[in-house]
Amino acid sequence: MLSDDLRDLYQQVILDHSRNPRNNGELPPPCLHAHGDNPSCGDEIDVWVRVSDTGDIEDLKFTGQGCAISQASASMMTQKIKGKSKDEAAAVREDFRRVVMGDGAPANEDALGELILLEGVQKFPQRVKCAMLAWRALEQALEEK
Amino acid sequence: MDWHRIRSDFPILDQQVNGHPLVYLDSAASSQKPRAVIQTLSRYYERDNANVHRALHELSNRATEAFEAVRGKAARFIGAASEDEIIFTRGTTEGINLVANTWGTANLRPGDVILITGMEHHSNLIPWQMLAQRTGATLKYIPVLDDGTLDAEAIETLLNEQVKLFAFVHISNSLGTINPAKELIAKAKAVGAVTLLDGAQSAGHMPIQVQDLGCDFFVFSGHKMCGPTGIGVLYGRMALLETMPPWHGGGEMILSVTMEGSTYKAPPHRFEAGTPNIAGVIGLGAAIDYLEVIGLENIQRHDHNLANYAVQRMSEVPGIRILGPQNGHRGALAAFHLDFAHPHDLVEFANSHGVAMRGGHHCTQPLMKRFKVPGTTRASFYFYNTLEEINRLVEVLLLARKFFT
Repeated sequence: MLSDDLRDLYQQVILDHSRNPRNNGELPPPCLHAHGDNPSCGDEIDVWVRVSDTGDIEDLKFTGQGCAISQASASMMTQKIKGKSKDEAAAVREDFRRVVMGDGAPANEDALGELILLEGVQKFPQRVKCAMLAWRALEQALEEK
Repeated sequence: MDWHRIRSDFPILDQQVNGHPLVYLDSAASSQKPRAVIQTLSRYYERDNANVHRALHELSNRATEAFEAVRGKAARFIGAASEDEIIFTRGTTEGINLVANTWGTANLRPGDVILITGMEHHSNLIPWQMLAQRTGATLKYIPVLDDGTLDAEAIETLLNEQVKLFAFVHISNSLGTINPAKELIAKAKAVGAVTLLDGAQSAGHMPIQVQDLGCDFFVFSGHKMCGPTGIGVLYGRMALLETMPPWHGGGEMILSVTMEGSTYKAPPHRFEAGTPNIAGVIGLGAAIDYLEVIGLENIQRHDHNLANYAVQRMSEVPGIRILGPQNGHRGALAAFHLDFAHPHDLVEFANSHGVAMRGGHHCTQPLMKRFKVPGTTRASFYFYNTLEEINRLVEVLLLARKFFT
């Protein structure tokens, strides 16, 4: 018998993203890049981002290895963020952080779309860093410019 | 042996976790404690607690007597020649750091080689990296073969006259490999190297006789063998200890002090500055007593049965790869990789079924790289575990397969 918390954590959509990650691979230069890892658990993510002159995220891809949560979060992030402006991306990131940490209501829940499915992470505080790994790398890559 | 009755000595094991009976398979990280150890600790705090070696009052006398008695117990437990060869530390890690910072700093020169193996825990790697940086010595390691054993041919070439120190793990915490310690130590002695044996996973799991093994240093932790956390032992051969400078300075380790300089006590007190972990030492003594009543040979045999049964049953899980020796000669643990779930997802899943395991790199990152896995899940056993618990583990692994694929 499975607990509801565990079912919430590993929903089918999340498992599907972890098994078949979207936007998986590297972008050719010129582009922004950042590497993120969780030294305590060995999860790794590399994020590549191409930003237009107007500050829009034209394309982004990732590679990495790690648990289902970190990989699914990265995959879902690339789908959600592609085509957004840097400011929009930052707003989604902040809302996503609130959701997985259980740190207040998101400012714009609708904008999160599928990402809301990772809400189950808040019941597993040790997994927050897994869910946030790709997002930290994205933030770091965007700061490079 | 009535292992089920022995299991009932561990009150913590009798509980439900997430609605399931607890199956504790993480003893290689830290073992559980029998009632005898828990009661010894509370009795000490309720009746005898005082600082040791200093005061002349009754409580201090009792505490000192109980504390020092454990030195003799620990010496007998590992077959040391004298209780003065027993230094109390915080654990294995501190013991190794002590050797690196005293014997190592005093004896190593540029060009010298520190030899370790590719299966060391970070605690038997980082202190030597730091020592090599400080002294200009070179750190080399013996590679690990695919079957989890050391490369015997490489040993022949690497273990030469340049090697001043050979430090290696007795039982690998992530492969389960039991290294042929006596044979390796003899080879090291033949080229004049000093030897340190990391007994974190072997002490409390098998009889240890340091004089028979021939090692110069032996280190272990109390909490992996039914004792409290924060206490461990460094054994050193007296002829070496006598030549070693102190590490931490402070009270308890000095003979006389002036503002200009001080003289130090003989070993072991030279290496025990400050108020020690008195309760920890006394608790360690209770753990040794407890283990000796069961018998280390009995524990070793039971460990062996559990590990082999686990490897045999776990092999039934499709997509599993069990690291380490497959020939039935392994310590009480099995680390594995599943092609359908990452270690952290599996550990989370198992936890929701009451099964406690550890997932990750087990503080052996170079080894994970060597075996091309990001990490593994480890089931580790002790004498209180049962065959039924291993059956339960396999059941949960099969459920995980259904869930994640």
